[in-house]
Amino acid sequence: MKSVGCCTWGMKMPAKKTKSAKIDARGLHYKELNDRIHEVIASGKRKIVLENVSGHRYIGCGVKGEMDIFVHGVPGNDLAAFMDGPRIMVEGNGEDAIGNTMNAGKIIVCGNAGDVVGYAMRGGKIYIRGDVGYRVGIHMKSYENQFPVVIVGGSAGDFLGEYMAGGLLVVLGLNGEEGVGGKKRQGTRKKVRDDRQIAGNYVGTGMHGGIIYLRGKVAEYQLGKEVSVKRLDKQDEATLRSYLEEYCQDVGFDLKEVLKKKFIKLIPTSSRPYGNIYTY
Amino acid sequence: MALSLVAPEFLIERDDEKCIACQVCVRQCANDAHIYDAEDDTICTDSSKCVGCHRCSSLCPTGALNIKKNPLHFKENANWTSQVQTNIYKQAEAGGVLLTGMGNDRPYPIYWDHILLNASQVTNPSIDPLREPMELRTYLGRKPDSLKFKVKSLKGKRQNKNSSASSVQLLTKLAPQLQIETPILFSAMSYGSISYNACLSLARAAAEAGTFYNTGEGGLHRDFYKYGPNTIVQVASGRFGVHSEYLNAGAAVEIKVGQGAKPGIGGHLPGEKVSEGISATRMIPVGTDALSPAPHHDIYSIEDLRQLIYALKEATRYQKPISVKISAVHNVAPIASGMVRAGADIIAIDGFRGGTGAAPTVIRDNVGIPIELAIAAVDTRLREEGIRHQASVIAGGGFRSSADIIKAIALGADAVYIGTSALVAMGCHVCQKCYTGKCNWGIATQDPYLTKRLNPDIGARRLVNLLRAWSLEIKEILGGMGVNAIESLRGNREHLRGVGLSDTDLKILGIKPAGEAW
Repeated sequence: MKSVGCCTWGMKMPAKKTKSAKIDARGLHYKELNDRIHEVIASGKRKIVLENVSGHRYIGCGVKGEMDIFVHGVPGNDLAAFMDGPRIMVEGNGEDAIGNTMNAGKIIVCGNAGDVVGYAMRGGKIYIRGDVGYRVGIHMKSYENQFPVVIVGGSAGDFLGEYMAGGLLVVLGLNGEEGVGGKKRQGTRKKVRDDRQIAGNYVGTGMHGGIIYLRGKVAEYQLGKEVSVKRLDKQDEATLRSYLEEYCQDVGFDLKEVLKKKFIKLIPTSSRPYGNIYTY
Repeated sequence: MALSLVAPEFLIERDDEKCIACQVCVRQCANDAHIYDAEDDTICTDSSKCVGCHRCSSLCPTGALNIKKNPLHFKENANWTSQVQTNIYKQAEAGGVLLTGMGNDRPYPIYWDHILLNASQVTNPSIDPLREPMELRTYLGRKPDSLKFKVKSLKGKRQNKNSSASSVQLLTKLAPQLQIETPILFSAMSYGSISYNACLSLARAAAEAGTFYNTGEGGLHRDFYKYGPNTIVQVASGRFGVHSEYLNAGAAVEIKVGQGAKPGIGGHLPGEKVSEGISATRMIPVGTDALSPAPHHDIYSIEDLRQLIYALKEATRYQKPISVKISAVHNVAPIASGMVRAGADIIAIDGFRGGTGAAPTVIRDNVGIPIELAIAAVDTRLREEGIRHQASVIAGGGFRSSADIIKAIALGADAVYIGTSALVAMGCHVCQKCYTGKCNWGIATQDPYLTKRLNPDIGARRLVNLLRAWSLEIKEILGGMGVNAIESLRGNREHLRGVGLSDTDLKILGIKPAGEAW
């Protein structure tokens, strides 16, 4: 897999005349850092560069409006929780609960992310280049023109897309620098990390809306009772391709390579999985 | 259709001499218990459909209707009661989890009725609330460990004759507080579980009475944003309708971990109830089920709770108190301690008699503990740990009268949440069929034909009346005790005595038995 090593904005960069601000997070408590971010936003700056971020929680939490936030380092938990509009680029790994209950905006994480990515997310995009942990995409939901999208370049842990009610969740399983789903590395006989599963257990348990695309297969036992595996139709392929084009541009993967392997589609068997368990 | 063994719970009696076949009952009953037969110009009744809500008998212009408990007698049996048998018949017929509405109706001990209040006699005078000011105002939120002042000398400066020679400035920055004029708030009831008009009645009443209502887990309808200063917005596991603007729309944010009627389980709002208005408020498509997971999947520990509390504080820029609501369960006291340490400014504890729009009967009737014991246990624990001042305690779960409320405050609560009694004030007859969506009183329904029965002007007025009446009673009782501020009563358990309680009950409640002096 061709890899450019770090991410770029696939989106249009903000115009140069956009007022920008730089904040050095070193030595700051997260509250101090976030206070400064809010001050900068209030002063009308629409491009914020954060340096030396090291576990600072709640960056972009509850922030509304259009702006770009560049995070150099590792942002802490609840990055972009309740966020409504901004774009955040993380040049490093992320931690837990990225995009918690996010309403709109875009997050790109160039490394791995932790657990609970996109919990109850209603809109916007979260693009992770590497792996994610457990409970990713739980209770994602869409509403009118809000449609949440999470794309994971690596693999995901257990409970992926549990209780999912809407939106799109894609896991590519591109594990390792060059290995793509178990392809033999040139010049060696060793398979590259093909033993890793694309997702853990309980995929889509309680799912009652939305779509999950997995690049590769999962065993029957890994799936929740409420999902069924389908083939992608033309419409699916077009949708997937359009999102992957943007994703690959953002995180630096080769779209052709990514599309070489077959995807499967998981959808809920019923929109009302628990509709018949009650006696009135 | 197969034969049903479920016997009607009620018997509708129609006095044919009084009935004028005006069909009011037919139109009023959403359960189709009254059917008009055009051929014979008569009205037939189907008692098996009757839920005992009294809508028809209340509105019958000639008083021709009476609803009785069905006298059909089961063979007397203390174990296999008629209700036990009926439930088995229902489940054998449908094979599902029995649903119910409102709070636990089982005959568990009601401790309120075993606690008596004190009054002043001779040695300390009672206070006449008609003559003296009585303070019911309460502030909910984190209180500081200590206060720092700066005393400025005004010597040499021009000053008012009456002013003292110095001015005092508070240096301590106070955490945000909710100011309530009476220690009663309306507990969380979502738009979805109750109607638009019921929500509107609660919002208006809260604004008029100087207290708060709570959105429950259903988002905030655009029309209700103007009641924001009297609104507590809730964040529950489904995060329905939760976004930055919503969080900032209310005066406080409440994380709902549990509710008394259904501790430990999630909620399923069936798609039939997700109308256009509810769809827009919850931000889910029309007609889809709104499934709330049992836990918040971002809270698996006290540390995670702290993370969400602070996420909400960040999202509201530390301007609003954050409340955390849990059901009263066996470990309520240590959990409450953890909640306070996690940064909750208010902790709301819901006892096992707390109501619901829909819950599995087996959960409602068997899980949790009485609020009386929970308040005492939590207050005691927080005092022992020296952190009682760090959070206010709101108790909920079946408060029926001002007496229950004042006893709760003397046990250690700062204020109470009322849900069921607020609904009863609006006309609810506690028939426990909220989950059917066919509330004939227009409260727990989304059917436009039924919801218009609740006039929000009248609903709000009745709620304000109830709060006024209870506040007056609380002042009377306080005056009798010789106390002139509700704050002086909080946690003052010497004002309580138990009757007919075991030593263990008394110990947990932290009160003496009646007859034992100070």
